[in-house]
Amino acid sequence: MMKRILSNSYIGLLLVMLYAPILIIVVFSFTEAKVLGNWSGFSFKLYTSLFNGGIHHSLASALWNTLIIGLIAAFVSMLLGTVAAIGIFNMRPKARKAVQLVNSIPILNPDIITAISLFLLFVSLGISQGYTTVILAHISFCTPYVVLSVYPRLLQMNDNLYEAALDLGATPFYALRKVLLPQLRPGMISGFILAFTLSIDDFVVTLFTIGNEGLETLSTYIYADARKGGLTPELRPLSAIIFITVLILLLAINQRAAKKRL
Amino acid sequence: MKRSISSFAGKRRNWSIPYILFLGFFVLTPLVLILFYAFTNGAGGFTFGNFQKFLQQPEAMHTFIFSVGVALITTVVCLLLGYPAAYILSRMESKSAKLLVLLFILPMWVNFLIRTLATVALFDFLGIPLGQGSLYFGMVYNFLPFMIYPIYNTLQKTDKNLIEAAQDLGANPRQVFFKTILPLSVPGITSGIMMVFMPVISTFAIAELLTINNIKLFGTTLQENIYNGMWNYGAALSLIMLLLIGITSMLNGQGTAKAAEEGGLI
Repeated sequence: MMKRILSNSYIGLLLVMLYAPILIIVVFSFTEAKVLGNWSGFSFKLYTSLFNGGIHHSLASALWNTLIIGLIAAFVSMLLGTVAAIGIFNMRPKARKAVQLVNSIPILNPDIITAISLFLLFVSLGISQGYTTVILAHISFCTPYVVLSVYPRLLQMNDNLYEAALDLGATPFYALRKVLLPQLRPGMISGFILAFTLSIDDFVVTLFTIGNEGLETLSTYIYADARKGGLTPELRPLSAIIFITVLILLLAINQRAAKKRL
Repeated sequence: MKRSISSFAGKRRNWSIPYILFLGFFVLTPLVLILFYAFTNGAGGFTFGNFQKFLQQPEAMHTFIFSVGVALITTVVCLLLGYPAAYILSRMESKSAKLLVLLFILPMWVNFLIRTLATVALFDFLGIPLGQGSLYFGMVYNFLPFMIYPIYNTLQKTDKNLIEAAQDLGANPRQVFFKTILPLSVPGITSGIMMVFMPVISTFAIAELLTINNIKLFGTTLQENIYNGMWNYGAALSLIMLLLIGITSMLNGQGTAKAAEEGGLI
């Protein structure tokens, strides 16, 4: 009993430590004070000014850029990664091993090495940096994760199903669409979600490939903001909203998964 | 009929070609470029000068050693805090454990810059000055989930029969832990170490924000050099970091591959 109380409070303590900073942001999103940590009375003003835009046009466009880049990068990564996984699955063992090894490089490489190497690629080819380079860079570090999440699905798949579809008169394309893809879909979806989160959360690679044409994503915006000394107050309600959304989403997924098991 | 199947299957192997070309261009070529820039001077001639510069510059060298130290300490603290947590979670009823693990991973979904700035706010709020203390807190805070998750995963998959067998054979709880549970969880530990040590060694921006620019880590040295147009020297420094990471992953052996797999799950 004693042991149980002790271990539960240990977990509780760690969670308090992990959530204290986030809690502070959420709490202080309900006050107007410019500096995080000052309380100047309860107010929704930051929320209304976040949505009314106007003065904070640059924050809105940074958020917009982040989402667009994330969606494009995740979608392309999903297609490229799924096709690649099918190809890799059908390769001869030696070649397969080699491709899988190269595939794991972007995952194991620290952000900053990926960032510098891509920066050097773009500058030595004389490609001007902007939207396209950021998206290409994001695709290059997201696709390996898609390959890793689709590949196990191929391993679990029963090859005979595809052959059976062909024997029953399906064209290869039809069989692909009706037999292969439905079985790969869960891996593709989780790959897409993973790629999207990696992309919107990325900072280092984006910073090195974004160029200096004034393009900003949320991460580079926050970074520039923090360097200037203060955080735009509207970032507090924005972070609070992102956090609560993710919390609800994950709890819902967890609930559904728990129900399915019953 | 048979023939069309096999020719299609044969073609299917070729589906990996677009991705192979992509990897060649966006993964391998850039790495070769780092190598090229590291061993050339501004004019493109071969030189070891960039590495000599590193060895002769006490500042870059000092930052490098300091960063390795920070990464080691952060990794050890994360392991000491994270192992018991993972162990406790693995003993819990699976439903509540799953929820708690989710809660541990959840903060990862908030942009790490915002999280770091929130940590700064927390220290301001509590009136604690920013410095080494806040640096270590911020690092552990940012990377603890990466330690807990892989260890929890391994512990949870441990065959309970082995533990019972140890108990039946007369081992006391201490012996059960040190002779059975701990050795079986080594794969989780090594992948946790990789997932904490590697990002910490290369972090950039966290240290500056947590110490108001008082402490600089190696990642920042890299960034500053590249930003100031010292591509060759910056590439040489990147190569040094890559070397360190290569050595770490070699020491970790199978932990590396596992970390790559689990990296995807967080």
